[in-house]
Amino acid sequence: MTSTQRQSLPVTAPLAVRMQGIHKRFGAVQANRDVNLNVAAGTVHGIVGENGAGKSTLMAVLYGSYRADSGCIEIDGRPARIQSSEDAIALGIGMVHQHFMLVETFHALDNVLLGAEPHWHLPRARSRLRTRLEALMHDTGLQVRLDLAVEDLPLGERQRLEILKALVRGARILILDEPTAVLTPQETEQLFVTLRRLRERGTTLLLITHKLKEIIALCDSVSVMRAGGVVLDCPIRETNVDALAQAMVGRRVQIGREDAAQRGAPVAAAKPRLLEARHLRWRDAFGVPRLDDVSLTLHAGEIVGVAGVSGNGQSELLDALAGLLSPQQGELVLSTIGTRRFTPQRWLAPDIARSLGIAHVPEDRQRRGLILAFDAWESAVLGYHDLPRYGPGLLMDQHAMRADTAAMMALYDVRPANPELRCSKFSGGNQQKLVLAREARPQPKVLLVGQPTRGVDIGAIEFIHARLRALRDAGGAVLLVSSELDEILALSDRVLVMCGARISGEMQIADCSEASLGRLMSGSQLEQAAP
Amino acid sequence: MQPLGHGAGVSQPLELPRWLDLFVLPAFNLTLALLACGVLVMIVGHSPAQVLVLLIKGAFGSRIGLSYTLYYATTFVFTGLAVAVAYHAGLFNIGGEGQAMLGGLGTALAALALGDTFPAWVVLPAMLAASMLAGVAWAAVPAALQAWRGSHIVITTIMFNFLASALLAFVLIDVLKEPGNMTIESRSFGPGAKLPGVHETLAWLGIDWPRSPLNLSLLLAVFAAFGVYVLLWKTKAGYALRAVGHAPEAARYAGIRPRAQVMWAMAVSGALAGLVGMNEVAGVHGRLLLDYVVGAGFAGIAVSLIGRNHPFGIALAALLFGALYQGGAELAFEIAGFSRDMVFTLQGLIVLFCGAMAQVAAPTLARIWSAWQRRREARAAAAQS
Repeated sequence: MTSTQRQSLPVTAPLAVRMQGIHKRFGAVQANRDVNLNVAAGTVHGIVGENGAGKSTLMAVLYGSYRADSGCIEIDGRPARIQSSEDAIALGIGMVHQHFMLVETFHALDNVLLGAEPHWHLPRARSRLRTRLEALMHDTGLQVRLDLAVEDLPLGERQRLEILKALVRGARILILDEPTAVLTPQETEQLFVTLRRLRERGTTLLLITHKLKEIIALCDSVSVMRAGGVVLDCPIRETNVDALAQAMVGRRVQIGREDAAQRGAPVAAAKPRLLEARHLRWRDAFGVPRLDDVSLTLHAGEIVGVAGVSGNGQSELLDALAGLLSPQQGELVLSTIGTRRFTPQRWLAPDIARSLGIAHVPEDRQRRGLILAFDAWESAVLGYHDLPRYGPGLLMDQHAMRADTAAMMALYDVRPANPELRCSKFSGGNQQKLVLAREARPQPKVLLVGQPTRGVDIGAIEFIHARLRALRDAGGAVLLVSSELDEILALSDRVLVMCGARISGEMQIADCSEASLGRLMSGSQLEQAAP
Repeated sequence: MQPLGHGAGVSQPLELPRWLDLFVLPAFNLTLALLACGVLVMIVGHSPAQVLVLLIKGAFGSRIGLSYTLYYATTFVFTGLAVAVAYHAGLFNIGGEGQAMLGGLGTALAALALGDTFPAWVVLPAMLAASMLAGVAWAAVPAALQAWRGSHIVITTIMFNFLASALLAFVLIDVLKEPGNMTIESRSFGPGAKLPGVHETLAWLGIDWPRSPLNLSLLLAVFAAFGVYVLLWKTKAGYALRAVGHAPEAARYAGIRPRAQVMWAMAVSGALAGLVGMNEVAGVHGRLLLDYVVGAGFAGIAVSLIGRNHPFGIALAALLFGALYQGGAELAFEIAGFSRDMVFTLQGLIVLFCGAMAQVAAPTLARIWSAWQRRREARAAAAQS
């Protein structure tokens, strides 16, 4: 019995991609376990799954980055040996990575040129390529300004450039890895229009995403992966968001806005003010304003969401409040333990921040939050290693550190609960839970959180959200920076929107909608911010 | 600051079990190196077996040979540890050579100033302190340039090697050389400034041991290796140092100040390299010479590389290097037509296979290991059903 017969999907169109019995293991981890994937030509096929479910590995096998241990691949009905991405490109497979593979200082045109020059004489190569690209842009509606440096292009346009790059190399099968992670809702809409148009032209699309709504909105069929294998494979009309979520985690999940009853009382001005930042301004080394007159206040017992497209000053705001970046103007008043006032001349330092009850879950957990090469117990004391309870003198009390790590792991459900395991061996969600455990367990007065669930699977999202709410309910203040609107809406009591290094609006949660926030995020302030 | 090889690599996630990584892989590399050496020796027209036996015999076969091997190894432990400490802080200190020269200068200045008047228990600690301080001072300038000005430490430490050798020549020729002496060297140290040799110490204990350059610096090297281990893995300071080396961003996030760590790691590194002065100047020559370091600082890089930047591994690698130096010298002496250059070539091959290409065999080993594990699992599954 072949897997095609096993499927509920009747195969009408010829298959563009057929992967059969794919096995791939890394050391002790079975990343792909007997995976079968069939994608009909000219359709959009979604692949969803938790982190570490094996989606990326499977796509890496298809794109030739990894070689499968066993199994076979057919492209357009013909057996294919894909040993490298050159092989994949030759077979008409293209990939748009989550982190764009573009040279930022090159013009858009030269980025397409790079590695696929149609002529040795560059001016001639450019003009040939330009002709082809212009025709392609006209056909597909993927508009990109070819003569601007990539660093000057907005993210949505960079993504279109990546797609064009793949298409001009002859891609008929396009793999998109988390394409909407960096886009505003409006840009996402635009991307979907483009992708539908590509499908009409006969391009086969493989879409990897965490966002189930997008799967439903765009795909024709979907594969759900769990623990290295495919657990559900069906046409989109036979499923829905709940069924997909359940298949992904193997149980029912509940993520969303709390009921009004569950939610704490609306923030009263009477609640003590813990943090007040006034008129923060910071220009980067190139003189570009990254924080422009940013003011905000955090009260005890509230979660304040900061919405915005990535790169509009949210990261810098977090860094400034955590003491990692010293603004050139403005002031910061902390009333967590006593009252301390900080000015640019003597700005907060990270260790001072911690001693004042300010904890920080950084956006980039792999570069900042953890040290990947360290054992879990070593990363679990990062920033707190100097505390007297981890050894009074010069020596580390490793026993206390390990015991604390074990306690954190039990409390925050970090799996595997092994303090001796190297940090790099934990999945993204478990790494994040470990960071959150370290920062939130001491019950900080203020918790600064950046992208707490980026790249985290749905089960862990639920857990992390519950922890943030618990901290709020215990009287802490949480500043939540997230590029996921759903997350902002699910958690916040009050929402700030950042755009172009400024705070473009502030709203109570009751007044928020995806549309109103989206408009503020893109800078078109049709709606005045609520007073 | 360039972290070395700790980058969050996106290459194939290969992880060997610890025992394979730490023992089987180096053993395999060493075997491969010896095979390559064997082929070369055959091409030259000698018997590889004979050469190997002579090499081992020369290095370990007699008490005098063993003493020389340990004496060389002592110096390599110091320079190897110096490289390793800096490495763990994400710094590539190529300046071991210069720091060792300065260490010798410091030792000599202390010995010349105090050696004639004070007893050994005053002079020797002073020399020890001076050797380390001089190494620290020489490492501090590149460290400060790195920390505050971002000048790359590889470049500055290399340049400081040249400066050190020029400084040493100047001090020796213009200041320390006695008038009328034709060789470039200082006068001999006073009686209080001689670090006892191992044979003297053993004789004092009633054990007969042949005379050799091996001196009490050997104990210093053992303490240093143990001290570096404790420092890096058992103290809070070592934790901060490794944090900066592995993930500078994470360290900053944790409130660890990278500049202080750079200074402090290079200070420890320079002090360790400076100890070479104790072994060579205080332990052997009893006066300051021009070329007592002779590449030991650079060999330290290879020693640290082969020893996987761990004090225990460095001790073993230093022993290997000591054996190569001593056994190689014997070889050149014993076999006609087996020149000193041939010995250097063999040493080079061993550095190539065990150091530079240490990870080349890792993917193959990992594949074999995972295939074997798969087979074992399949067999277990079959046995269950």
